[in-house]
Amino acid sequence: MAENGQIHIALAGNPNCGKTTIFNNITGAKQHVGNYPGVTVEKKEGITKFNGQDLLFIDLPGTYSLTARSLDELVARNVIINDHPDVIVNVLDASNLERNLYLAAQLIELEQPLIIALNMSDVADEMGFTYNTDILSRRTGAKVVTTVGRNNIGTDALLETTVAVAAEQKAPNITIPYGDILEPKIAELQSAIEAASPIPYPHRWVAIKLLEKDADVVGKMMRLDNMEAVLEKANLIREELKDQVDLDVVFQEYRHRFAVELFNDITVTYPSDNETRSDRYDKILTHRIWGLPIFLFVMWLLFNFVNTVGAIPQGWIEDGFAALQEWVVTVIPEGQLQSLVSDGIIAGVGAVLSFLPLILLLFLGISFLEDTGYMARAAFVIDRVMRACGLHGKSFIPLLLGFGCSVPSIMGARILDNYKDRLVTILITPFMSCSARLPVYTLIAGAFFEPEIAGTVVFAFYAAGIVFGIIFAKMFRKFLFSGEAEPFVMELPPYHMPTLKATFMHMYERAILYIKKAGTFILAASILIWFITVYPMDVEYSKDYDQLHAELEQAYQIKDDAVLQQFGLTTDEQKEAVTAVVEEMKATVEEATVAAEEAEEDAPEIAVEDDSEIPELFADIKANNEQVFPAAWGIYKNSVRMDEESGVLDEEQASEKLEQSYAAQFGKAINPILEPLGFDWKIGVSLVAGLAAKEVVVSTLGTIYAVGGDTDNPAPLTEYLQNDPNFTPLIALTLMLFVLIYPPCIAALAVVKRETGSWKWVVFMFFYENAFAWIACFIFYNIGRALGY
Amino acid sequence: MAVKKLKDMAVGESGTIVTLHGSGNVKHRLIDMGLVQGTKIQVVKFAPLGDPVEIKVKNFALALRVSEAGMIDVDVE
Repeated sequence: MAENGQIHIALAGNPNCGKTTIFNNITGAKQHVGNYPGVTVEKKEGITKFNGQDLLFIDLPGTYSLTARSLDELVARNVIINDHPDVIVNVLDASNLERNLYLAAQLIELEQPLIIALNMSDVADEMGFTYNTDILSRRTGAKVVTTVGRNNIGTDALLETTVAVAAEQKAPNITIPYGDILEPKIAELQSAIEAASPIPYPHRWVAIKLLEKDADVVGKMMRLDNMEAVLEKANLIREELKDQVDLDVVFQEYRHRFAVELFNDITVTYPSDNETRSDRYDKILTHRIWGLPIFLFVMWLLFNFVNTVGAIPQGWIEDGFAALQEWVVTVIPEGQLQSLVSDGIIAGVGAVLSFLPLILLLFLGISFLEDTGYMARAAFVIDRVMRACGLHGKSFIPLLLGFGCSVPSIMGARILDNYKDRLVTILITPFMSCSARLPVYTLIAGAFFEPEIAGTVVFAFYAAGIVFGIIFAKMFRKFLFSGEAEPFVMELPPYHMPTLKATFMHMYERAILYIKKAGTFILAASILIWFITVYPMDVEYSKDYDQLHAELEQAYQIKDDAVLQQFGLTTDEQKEAVTAVVEEMKATVEEATVAAEEAEEDAPEIAVEDDSEIPELFADIKANNEQVFPAAWGIYKNSVRMDEESGVLDEEQASEKLEQSYAAQFGKAINPILEPLGFDWKIGVSLVAGLAAKEVVVSTLGTIYAVGGDTDNPAPLTEYLQNDPNFTPLIALTLMLFVLIYPPCIAALAVVKRETGSWKWVVFMFFYENAFAWIACFIFYNIGRALGY
Repeated sequence: MAVKKLKDMAVGESGTIVTLHGSGNVKHRLIDMGLVQGTKIQVVKFAPLGDPVEIKVKNFALALRVSEAGMIDVDVE
């Protein structure tokens, strides 16, 4: 027992045995998710209090076995033998007991106090299984508790037993028999181990593992003193046994034999009907003909659920933060602090939180698919296709989600159990064009290609991304993760109705992890990008913009006076009446614009040429103010024109400021690198800023060309690009290609760090994507030029 | 009674595992899932694209690729 009197309990069990449900029942929200040191396996801990006793539960990774061949299994095993929890609770699926007992056999061999939780006992009952738990307890040396995790039945009994077993500290004292040939040899090696030196592991278990040539145990023994002779002896015994038994599998076979015999001895009644409800569902869901259409339909639903439905709250969050920015501007005086709070911090927090709806919905969807059991079926149905690309059936889901947003997609890759599969999937996910790249594609394609082919061009880029993904998946498999092939041996667990609690716990856990681990990084990076695009503040402008603004206002003041003069309106009262009418006209236009926006129509355009006709919109105002309206109309036109001219000045100023920012200096510094691709420094700056998010490429181009325009209003930029002699269709296509390949955004990189657990893969991803983007663009651009474009 | 490779069995056929070929992780994983000599299995179905194959073993459903099913010899009933 730990020094502070806290009991440590490790929860072990097969995948799909309901272990996590029990863990959630016991610990509720008092959970902590971290990583085991040095590896990417997730470590979940939770605390609870029972009868005045503090309990710390460790939810081990779900495994079928405890070999050194898989990271999950090794981690689970090492927690038990290194950290010596006071009690091990082995959760077993009572409806699938024969296979579950195989892991129990291996836990017994670790010689630590053991409890067996016979979970899903309701399902077993329904199927027709009944067991004699007394025999089970006697033959395993473990206390047995019956539980139904989904209904929170048996939780108190389990906790009570846990406290009792922890106090008693009695190991099972049961040995798994390995037959007449092996047993004497195990005994021989065991006594050699005992003679050599005291070791902190169960002796018989070590003897067996050495004979199995378990890489991890052999390594552990080599690090201990006086073990050379033991290791030598183990090798000698292996040599002796080699011809009598198949050492590679014989130990596993005996453990299975133990499990099968135990299962038969404790089972009182077996199911009479061979076909389960799951079998009947499977007849449809993985049907030879209907299986694929159903799969595609479910994927379509999931994609739209995450991306289309998710876009709605995402829009609210973005609007909310935009409103907050506007409000802050009114509260904090203009200057560096205002810019930091508004464009740096609020924009950064907004960027972090805007992904949250997608992540919540994704894990709601994934949780549902996993808990019902359909996830494994989906992998089953599509595996043939994904394998052709060097991937696993389950990779399909994260890759599909990548077309919406890379962030939830990368987080979704955790449905892959195997680390290599997960990593390859994460590394190629960004090739699936996310929705933030679409505005870049449509803007550029729309500017340089006829509307009829612009769509095809955009589609070609989506397709190219998929092709790149396949090529890189195969390359990574071949060069990065060569080694031994990973088996695709996957259980198709029985269908279950998921519980709300489990689903919400899952969503909550992922959301918190995202905010804590990825959120801080995204925020910091957003502020950095803000800083380099806004600073230095004290730039020297080529013109005195304040002076120009003042002159502009003066000039229009004179024009307004002339208008008033023309209509003979000279008294203050008359002037005020005119001003009121002008205000009314502006308000009317504003209202009409907002209404049009809400109806998703084009905003009303009011021509303000000298000979423009009075628009329909002002008919009412005109009728009500016959007398002053002609003057008001003139002044209204003046004010609109002044705003336009003043806007042009602002854009020029913003462009000059951006041109001298650190981002632009960086863009210019890397210009020699980008020049061979036909990009000038302006494109370079946009690409650097685009690391914050892809749609920023468009707005930065707008600012730097001093034409305004962003993703909501691309028309001015489109026009500018069309007329820019330096911006040829070939360069446009090359830019699109670069945007397709180079790193998606900081948020995506942040979740790669969170999901892979190391900066190494973030750095790798950053460099390989930039390098490949450059090479691909270089080839594309030069071929294009050689062809005369 | 005839010994066949699991991948060559027809849907609905059942039998007893005779030998497990292959080596390394794949073989060990198959054994850990219960595919040892003497275990009864039944072929439930092939996926819509012909691969993987679903079998029933120890009363649960297991999917394996046809390439892995080729490593298992079954004495078909």
